[in-house]
Amino acid sequence: MVAQMIEGWNLVIGIEIHAQVNSKSKLFSSSPTDFGSKPNSQVSLIDAAMPGMLPVINKFCIEQAIKSGIGLNAKINKKSIFDRKNYFYQDLPQGYQISQYKDPIVGEGFVEIETENGQKKIGVERLHLEQDAGKSLHDQDPNLTFVDLNRSGIALMEIVSKPDMNSPEEAVEYVRKVRSILRYLGTCDGNMEQGSLRADVNVSVNKPGNELGTRCEIKNLNSFKFIHAAIVYEAKRQIKLIEQGDSVNQETRLFNTQSGETRSMRSKEDAHDYRYFPDPDLLPLTLDDDWIKGLQDSIPELPDQIKERLINEYSLSSYDANIIVSDKAISRYFEDVVKNRNPKLVTTWVTGELFSILNKKNLIIENSPITSKQLGELVDNIENGKISNRQAKEVLEEMCESGKGALEIIDEKGLSQISDKNEIESLVDNVLNSNPENVKKYKNGKDKLFGFFVGEAMKLSKGKANPKIVNDLIKKKLSQ
Amino acid sequence: MKDSYTLKSLAVLLENNKISSKELTSEYLKNIENGKELNCYNTISQEKALIDAEKSDERRKSQNLRSKYDGIPIGIKDLFCTKGVTTTASSKILSNFVPNYESTVTQNCDDAGLISLGKLNCDEFAMGSTNKTSFFGSVKNPWKSVNSDNELVPGGSSGGSAAAVSGDLCVASLGTDTGGSIRQPASFTGTVGLKPSYGRVSRWGIVAFASSLDQAGPITKTVEDAAILLDIISGHDEKDSTSSVNPKENYYENLNSDIKGMKIGIPKEFRSDKLPASTQKSWDECANLLKNNGAEIVDISLPHTMSALPAYYIIAPAEASSNLARYDGVRYGLRVKGNDLIDMYEKTRSEGFGDEVKRRILIGTYVLSSGYYDAYYIKAQKIRSLIKSDYVEAFKKVDAILTPSTPSTAFEIANEPSDPVQNYLNDIFTVPVNLAGLPGISIPFANDENNLPIGLQLITNSFEEQKLLNVARNIEETINYSETPTKWWLK
Repeated sequence: MVAQMIEGWNLVIGIEIHAQVNSKSKLFSSSPTDFGSKPNSQVSLIDAAMPGMLPVINKFCIEQAIKSGIGLNAKINKKSIFDRKNYFYQDLPQGYQISQYKDPIVGEGFVEIETENGQKKIGVERLHLEQDAGKSLHDQDPNLTFVDLNRSGIALMEIVSKPDMNSPEEAVEYVRKVRSILRYLGTCDGNMEQGSLRADVNVSVNKPGNELGTRCEIKNLNSFKFIHAAIVYEAKRQIKLIEQGDSVNQETRLFNTQSGETRSMRSKEDAHDYRYFPDPDLLPLTLDDDWIKGLQDSIPELPDQIKERLINEYSLSSYDANIIVSDKAISRYFEDVVKNRNPKLVTTWVTGELFSILNKKNLIIENSPITSKQLGELVDNIENGKISNRQAKEVLEEMCESGKGALEIIDEKGLSQISDKNEIESLVDNVLNSNPENVKKYKNGKDKLFGFFVGEAMKLSKGKANPKIVNDLIKKKLSQ
Repeated sequence: MKDSYTLKSLAVLLENNKISSKELTSEYLKNIENGKELNCYNTISQEKALIDAEKSDERRKSQNLRSKYDGIPIGIKDLFCTKGVTTTASSKILSNFVPNYESTVTQNCDDAGLISLGKLNCDEFAMGSTNKTSFFGSVKNPWKSVNSDNELVPGGSSGGSAAAVSGDLCVASLGTDTGGSIRQPASFTGTVGLKPSYGRVSRWGIVAFASSLDQAGPITKTVEDAAILLDIISGHDEKDSTSSVNPKENYYENLNSDIKGMKIGIPKEFRSDKLPASTQKSWDECANLLKNNGAEIVDISLPHTMSALPAYYIIAPAEASSNLARYDGVRYGLRVKGNDLIDMYEKTRSEGFGDEVKRRILIGTYVLSSGYYDAYYIKAQKIRSLIKSDYVEAFKKVDAILTPSTPSTAFEIANEPSDPVQNYLNDIFTVPVNLAGLPGISIPFANDENNLPIGLQLITNSFEEQKLLNVARNIEETINYSETPTKWWLK
């Protein structure tokens, strides 16, 4: 659809991701950062910008930013500077946001994403640290606005990409990948619903070979769906404008999640003059080599590396490996289950059956009703022939509903597959003896009747007989 | 005998039970009451001071003293946040502000048992050098010219702090110095004013004017007292990222007046035809004195001195424009209702700030604006670097630098120049020291033909407060300056 619509047009997309640093306390104060606390219960004198208060950098947040930089294959700047971004708003107590402007803590890097045409490198321009603002509550009183400063001063990482993406799918993949890397690192929980990770998307269109078009920025997108939809809408809007002979205005736009449209928030002319200058309350941040080295050594295995290992170690397809490493919790779950088990079988049961249940129930894997240990037990029972694949699906659903273990359900339901050769042999004999006419026909060349015998034998076993053994035995008996 | 009160002498009187803290505190409260005309105090902590004094007397009885100076009352510039005591920065916008926290410096004083008599008047947000910008009105200089009955400015911004010490409304006080705000009023009032090295004293809990320049320090009667008070207030504070981890010294214990073999620099750029003859004479005499006492006098050059004032009046307002953004009527302080948020901001800040503060916010906003930032702010920072390196070079050759503190002695309140730039020239000798982050001290040297005090300034390298105090002590010991104002306000 999209591809058709923008036939003949280039789409250029750059993204700024705002990721909340996973930290118990704020960037410049010791206030806690728990989500959903009572309004203004996590506010220190510093966060409220009382007279004479001074910021003191939280070392842990710095470490988180450095780790994130390493995860993004980026240059760590040994000297960086905190600047003040000045503007007035009720939820910005200092009257300025402490951010990094000219000298960010992390410089250029890249991430690799999967696209229809294979791997693609997306450049990262920079990562910098900044304070979050508070929250204005306009719906508490007909005439008044209330301010909740719990978020005021919470550490954010702003990750700025290069304009390297050319489709909404690539944009979504990029954000997915960055989110995944941060989650592997434990530097951001990536919870988009709670606003821990949000994206500002810059979109422009141009005809191939022409200069880049004028870009518009769409602010504050907090789901992959919205990122995709906003880009599609915005690209169409811009193309339509140009085709009508109008021009695109450089502006900041908001995405309406109800209507799926973007609308203008402010034009370039109305843009604030933020009057950035180095915050004189903070010395330049200098990092020594040992510190950086120590953090480098603490970096866990990241998705690209895990993917490579899964392919080598378990012979997974690139496609399956991608799905599994897309999220730290999934890969951890998978690796728990796959240990000493058949990788192919485990992959099918994790990415196929389990995922379809989670999807149906709208759950993420962290909240899976079936633990990795429980799923492992189920897979064991498939592998040792106790139950068939078909039965296993039934068991899995039951596990999900009741919370019981696989074995318990198999026993309760009497699902256990008959694998005893003698037992099956007597079943088969019974079937063959009861159908001498058909045996004759088969032996005279009516091969199709093979399935009939198998079916009868299974019926007789109430479906519990191991189909493979049934098959083998019938084949053997009929060839005698 | 009162005139001889110093931190040092009071410690002895208290120790020998010649006087109790309560008696002493009452005496100063009485002086404050009698000296109301000077307008030194914005807030007088009458009750609290007396309660604290009684507690100190109890500690003394139970031999549980916090320090040798336990029980001595002092005055505090109304820029230090003090728990439960109104802190206004002499501005309407904070005129109702009562902090629920205590600045590190005043906490250090409390930890030493010092008692606060109240909060001292100053220029609004410490912006000014005459104390006329205070929302609570001008402070009057305890000194008057022998040739006129007209009231004089005490200097600023720590005008209340200096006038109170000079007029015996406290024995010592705390001030802050961003471009001369301790040294210039000390010079105008015949007191000793010390601005420590940037980072020596914590800025935590002090209403900020220009963060990269602000530094708190003592105003006292003597150099010895300056050393005593610096011992109490200085030191590393992890709540202030710009606070130095350099170990502090025992300034008072190590105080000596030995300057033999020291080299004292006289910067040629501070010389001027416009300097009053009496000031020039004091400067020359002091150089001779130091020479006689064993120091070597060396002519030096600080080539970028003349660029200091313009650079300062870009950097300080730039920082101030941002530092004062928090006074927006949203969370504390004055709020004037408006039709919407912007209207409320405009009305609150229009009513809450005085003209000089507004002027500096406008200048600061302008120099940081896109398109002007490089031409003003960046250029000013470059000049600041050059000034710093001037001093680095100078201190390769000399131990200390001697200059006048101010280009004139105290002038009449009514004669304050209407041109702000003329006013800014008051700080011409003190501003470079803040830009370079160095310690500087103003000490009274002599009185001029109108019997008004002339202050001289000493400057040393960063964190060489000990050397600075030693040279100052040498001068003090030699000249034994003992002039005091006639207390015209006592009728």
